[in-house]
Amino acid sequence: MADSQLIIDHLSKSYATRTGSVQVIADLTFDVKAGEVVSIVGPSGIGKTTLLKCPTGLQPMTSGSAKINGREIEGPPPEMALVFQEYTRSLMPWLNVEKNVRLPLRHMHLPKDEAEQRIHSALDSVGMHNASEKYPWQLSGGMQQRVAIARALAFRPDVLIMDEPFASVDAQTRFELEDLCLQIRDSLGMTIVIVTHDIDEAVYLSNRVVVLGQKPAIVTSILDIDLPVPRDQITTRSRADFAQTRTSILELIKNGKQ
Amino acid sequence: MNEAAVNTTMNANDELALSRKRRVRARRIALRVLEIGTPIAALAAWWFGSQNSQNPFFPSLREILIEFRKLWLFDKFGSDVIPSIVNFSIAYIIACVVGIALGILLALVWPPHAMLDPVLQFIRSIPAVALLPIFVALFGFGNGVRVFAIALSALFPVLISTVDGARGTEPLLLETARVYRLTPWERLRWVYLPAASPQIFSGAVVSLQVAFIVMITSEMLGSAHGIGALTMLAQKSFDAKGMWAGILLLGILGYLVNLLFTLVQNRVLSWYRGAQQSESAE
Repeated sequence: MADSQLIIDHLSKSYATRTGSVQVIADLTFDVKAGEVVSIVGPSGIGKTTLLKCPTGLQPMTSGSAKINGREIEGPPPEMALVFQEYTRSLMPWLNVEKNVRLPLRHMHLPKDEAEQRIHSALDSVGMHNASEKYPWQLSGGMQQRVAIARALAFRPDVLIMDEPFASVDAQTRFELEDLCLQIRDSLGMTIVIVTHDIDEAVYLSNRVVVLGQKPAIVTSILDIDLPVPRDQITTRSRADFAQTRTSILELIKNGKQ
Repeated sequence: MNEAAVNTTMNANDELALSRKRRVRARRIALRVLEIGTPIAALAAWWFGSQNSQNPFFPSLREILIEFRKLWLFDKFGSDVIPSIVNFSIAYIIACVVGIALGILLALVWPPHAMLDPVLQFIRSIPAVALLPIFVALFGFGNGVRVFAIALSALFPVLISTVDGARGTEPLLLETARVYRLTPWERLRWVYLPAASPQIFSGAVVSLQVAFIVMITSEMLGSAHGIGALTMLAQKSFDAKGMWAGILLLGILGYLVNLLFTLVQNRVLSWYRGAQQSESAE
C-alpha cells in the first residue's frame, strides 16, 4: 500500500445515545491510490454518510486510523475537499457563484492572478462561467451542484470526496455530472472517492468499488472494475461485463444485508 | 394549418399576452395611486374638517402648519431637532454594534448562555421607559444619560435576535466552513453574520422603535431641549398648536427613519428575499 494516498485502517465509529453506545461502523479497511476513482456502495441506512465524516476530519473516529499522504487525519486536511449531497444547503445563499467559489481560497492569500485563474478555470470546467454573478437560489439543482463541485476544484485538493453528489438531480444532469467527474480526474489528476447508493453509477465511474454490508458496517468486498477507458454513457453501460459487474455487486449487497 | 391560420393564432396569443401585461400595469398604477393618494386624502380631510375648528385642543391644520413652519423651519431646528436626531442616531448605532457583537459572543463563545439568558429575559421584559426615572435619579438629566438610556433600551431586541440568528446557522454550512478550513474571522464574516442577518434586522427594527420612544420620553422627563421637551412644554402651557406641530414632526421623523431603515434592509437582505421567493415558487 505504498502508493496509497488515502488509507482507512480498521476504522470504527460509535455514537453515545441515552440508551448506551450505538456502533454504526464496525470495521472498515480500504485504501485509495492516487488518481483512482473509488466508490463506496452499500444498503441504505448503513451509515455511508457517517463513514465520510471520519476521514474528512469532521468527526472523530472511535478507533482505527485514517491517513492522507502518509499523515494521520485529525481535523479536515488541507489536501481534501468534500462535496455534500445537499447542494441546496452547502452553498452560501448570500454569496453569488463567484464568491462562493472564492470563499475557500481567501485564507490562502494567493496572488490575485492565480486566485482569479483558479476560479475562472473551475467555473469553466463545470460549464458555469456564464453564471458567476448569479446567486445559488437562481440556479437549478444540477447547476448548484456544479457550483459546489467548482468550489472544490478551485480549492485544488489531492482527494475529492463526494457524498451521494448526484442523488437529487435528474437523470440527464446526473449523466453529465458523472462524465464531468471522470474528466476532472483525467485532466487534474485528482483522486475521487464517491459514496453512492446507485450501483450503476459506482460501476460506471470507478476503478474500484468498496461494498459495505452488515450492521454495524464492515467492508464485505472490494471489486476491481476493469471496464475500458475512456468510458461512455452509452457504450460502457451497454457492455455485457458492465451488466455482469452490476449484478454481482447487487448480489453482494443483498447478501450483506442478511 | 395554413400560414394565415398560424398568423391569426399568433396574433391572438400576442394580444392575450399584451392585454395581460396591460392589466398588470394598470394594477400597479392603481396601487401606486392608492399609496400616495390615501395620505393626501387623509390630510385633505384633516385640513377641511378642522378648517373652522373653535376647539382650543384641536386647532385647524392650517394653524398647525403655520406653527410648524415657525417652530421647526428653522427657528428651533438647530437647537432642538438636531440634538434629538444626534442623540437618537448615536444611541441607536451603539445599541446595534454592541447588540450584534455581544449577541455573537453569547451565541458562539460564551458557553454559559443558560446562565445569562434568564437575566437577559428579565431585563428585556422591563419596559424601557420604566427605567428612565431610575437613570435620571441616579445620573441626573445630562445628555449622556439620555444617550445611555436610549442605547440600553434599544440594545435588547437586537441582542436577543442576534443570538437566535447566529445559533440557527445551517449546520451544513458550518461543516462546509470546516472542510474548507475557514479561519474564525472568515466564519464570522462570511457564515455566521450573514446567516444571522435576517434575524438581526428583525430585531433591529424593534430596537429602532424602542429607541425612538425612549428618545422622546427621555426629553419629556426634565430636559430643556429636544423635540420631546418642546412638545411637552407646549402641552403644559396649553399651546395646542405647538403641541400638534411637535407631534406632526415626530410622525414625519419616524416615517423617514423607517424609510431609511427599509432601504438599508432591502439592500443588505436582497439575497434573502430572493432565496425566499424562489423557495416559495417551488
